[in-house]
Amino acid sequence: MSTGVQHLLPCAEPVQLLTEDGTRTDPTSEVRERGYAFPSDEDLLAVWRQMVIGRRFDAQATALTKQGRLAVYPSSRGQDACQVAPVLALQEQDWFFPTYRDSMALISRGLDPVEALTLLRGSWHCGYDPAATRTAPQCTPLATQAPHAAGAGHGMARRGEGGLALCFIGDGGTSEGDFHEGLNFAAVFNAPTVFFVQNNRYAISVPLARQTKAPSLAYKGIGYGIRSEQVDGNDPAAVLAVTRAAYEHARAGRGPFLIEAHTYRLEAHTNADDATRYRQADEVTQWSGRDPIARLRTYLVGTGALTPEREEQVAAEAEEYAADVRERMNREPEVAPLSLFDHVYAEPTPQLREQAAMVAAELEDAHGSEVTA
Amino acid sequence: MSTTTFAQALNRALRDSLAEDDNVLVFGEDVGQLGGVFRITDGLTADFGEERCFDTPLAEAGIAGFAVGLAMQGFRPVIEMQFDAFGYPAFEQVVSHIAKMRNRTQGRLGMPIVIRMPFAGGIGGVEHHCDSSEGYYAHTPGLHVVTPATPADAYSLLREAIASDDPVVFMEPKALYWSKAELELPVTTEPFGRAAVRREGTDVTLVAYGPQVPNALRAAEVAEQEEGWSVEVVDLRTIVPFDDETVAASVRRTGRCVVVSEAQGFGGVGGEVAARVAERCFHSLAAPVLRVTGLDIPYPPPKLEHTHLPGVDRILDTIARLQWDDQPDTTHLAATR
Ligand SMILES: Cc1ncc(C[n+]2csc(CCOP(=O)(O)OP(=O)(O)O)c2C)c(N)n1
Ligand SMILES: [Mg+2]
Repeated sequence: MSTGVQHLLPCAEPVQLLTEDGTRTDPTSEVRERGYAFPSDEDLLAVWRQMVIGRRFDAQATALTKQGRLAVYPSSRGQDACQVAPVLALQEQDWFFPTYRDSMALISRGLDPVEALTLLRGSWHCGYDPAATRTAPQCTPLATQAPHAAGAGHGMARRGEGGLALCFIGDGGTSEGDFHEGLNFAAVFNAPTVFFVQNNRYAISVPLARQTKAPSLAYKGIGYGIRSEQVDGNDPAAVLAVTRAAYEHARAGRGPFLIEAHTYRLEAHTNADDATRYRQADEVTQWSGRDPIARLRTYLVGTGALTPEREEQVAAEAEEYAADVRERMNREPEVAPLSLFDHVYAEPTPQLREQAAMVAAELEDAHGSEVTA
Repeated sequence: MSTTTFAQALNRALRDSLAEDDNVLVFGEDVGQLGGVFRITDGLTADFGEERCFDTPLAEAGIAGFAVGLAMQGFRPVIEMQFDAFGYPAFEQVVSHIAKMRNRTQGRLGMPIVIRMPFAGGIGGVEHHCDSSEGYYAHTPGLHVVTPATPADAYSLLREAIASDDPVVFMEPKALYWSKAELELPVTTEPFGRAAVRREGTDVTLVAYGPQVPNALRAAEVAEQEEGWSVEVVDLRTIVPFDDETVAASVRRTGRCVVVSEAQGFGGVGGEVAARVAERCFHSLAAPVLRVTGLDIPYPPPKLEHTHLPGVDRILDTIARLQWDDQPDTTHLAATR
């Protein structure tokens, strides 16, 4: 057993394959040694397309809060590369563990947008089928999804079908105990689980400096014996390359992997938050200049992979996608009060049956007509 | 027939479940080679392999959360919280995920997880080793809360818990681990949600669960011999689901009811039972429903636990207050004056 930490350590600086102005970096020897291969134009084009659609979706969702169609929406604008690339690189058999922040990632995984927005719409908690989509319900109790992802990874390893678990988490979430227990369990059981920290520099209003003294959140993996990396989270090429390497590592049976992606939340925490109370406008302006979509576009236009026709086509596609979301979300969702009793247990208890009968009678009184369960 | 302890019955239930279903996994702290601090998992690793019964890192939230992930992959985790009070670190996982997952996902993702937990006191344990935490779990929709009091129920209810598609908090009264019965295993007793009349009587119903069932039975004997009261004893067996029917039918027959629960009384399961009886049996009652519970104090040190625990005497004193001579009970008035 190796007692050194060298093989676990992240690069000294976040891995970057595309500069802020969209040109290819000269990869450092560290980056080359770790095999973070620059992705093909075709793969990057797919990421770019999904980011364009994702951002349009995100804007649409924010708009829906203003019309009262969503109870709340935590935007991930600015984190688009993190929302898209790790998810597109997954295989169908893999499980994804998202948080409330990750609606864009859900649609990138191919989930129906209306089902994905169910939680925030307030018509139920989780609107999609976790087993069918291999996507856990969006997790709101911070970091509690980390041990789930460890267990799911371990479970998939037991089944021996090559699946892995991808766990998203925020910078604030890394301070929670469950994050650490999740990492430790994944490491001890050598689970194929990839932890992907979107360090967007804030936990609601609290800046990163209040969460950690660690030079990088990626160092948090070292103490658990987990191979760790930090990446420029606004560089879609680097995010894709590093997550791919992490998946390869996990699938090869070499255990979990921790990635810290340095990124920024351009919007407030949610539509209900006022970010001017805790951060300066020039900070936001600075990060706006590091836009992952613009960066990748510049690069792909430069290589000739992205043509004006293709760009127009994707823009139209994004508009169409948003229009569909808008149209479907503007319909009043169906809610059935008696369904509140349906899934507390596989079989309702006698007490729940009694309460259901009471509610049914109340509904009947209110509507003057029979309500069916 | 052979003599079987409560602990042996639990061990056999785990064995039979492991043998029957490859998806059953047993894990927790010291449950592997050691066989658990109470030896409930004794020999399971040796007989079923490290793959099926294994030790984990020492982290209860991690254990519970890991079980959630495994349940998502079709496994049936049976996890152990080493002691009642050491289940608290896992509380968020239990309440926010294990209990709610089926409901959150509209029935698409169940959590067939059993959380085994030695609970309650009476064994001279130092602090944090004797809590009666059933109230927290019973207050959480989505969980079944099971409290066996006999070796036969220990076996049968644990088998049912592991086969259940819903999560079960399986609370094992540690004071009863060494209790015995003449028993042939496997045995199938009544299912979840059925209380059992352990002793028939006509004057008063004692409702008890878990560690207090033997006490209630002892009190019933003494009451009959010394006072001539005929006491019925109902063992709840499962707190959730709750058997209103059996409890109410008994109280309607006897007209008097004392609820016996080892947990501190305020806001607890005992109060819930008393309220349910009052709601359903008001016109059959000759006296208010009374409770005998632990005191509303943090669990005391071993040398004082006998003061805290509801013993036979406190149960008898409480039965005596059930207005046998048609005089109102003024105990509470006296206490506040
Ligand atoms: C256990 C827990 N504590 C507090 C909250 C309330 N809360 C919701 S989001 C949030 C900030 C989380 O920050 P971070 O992990 O960085 O994720 P981000 O929102 O930036 O994506 C807080 C405190 C919660 N959801 N769960
Ligand atoms: Mg954050």
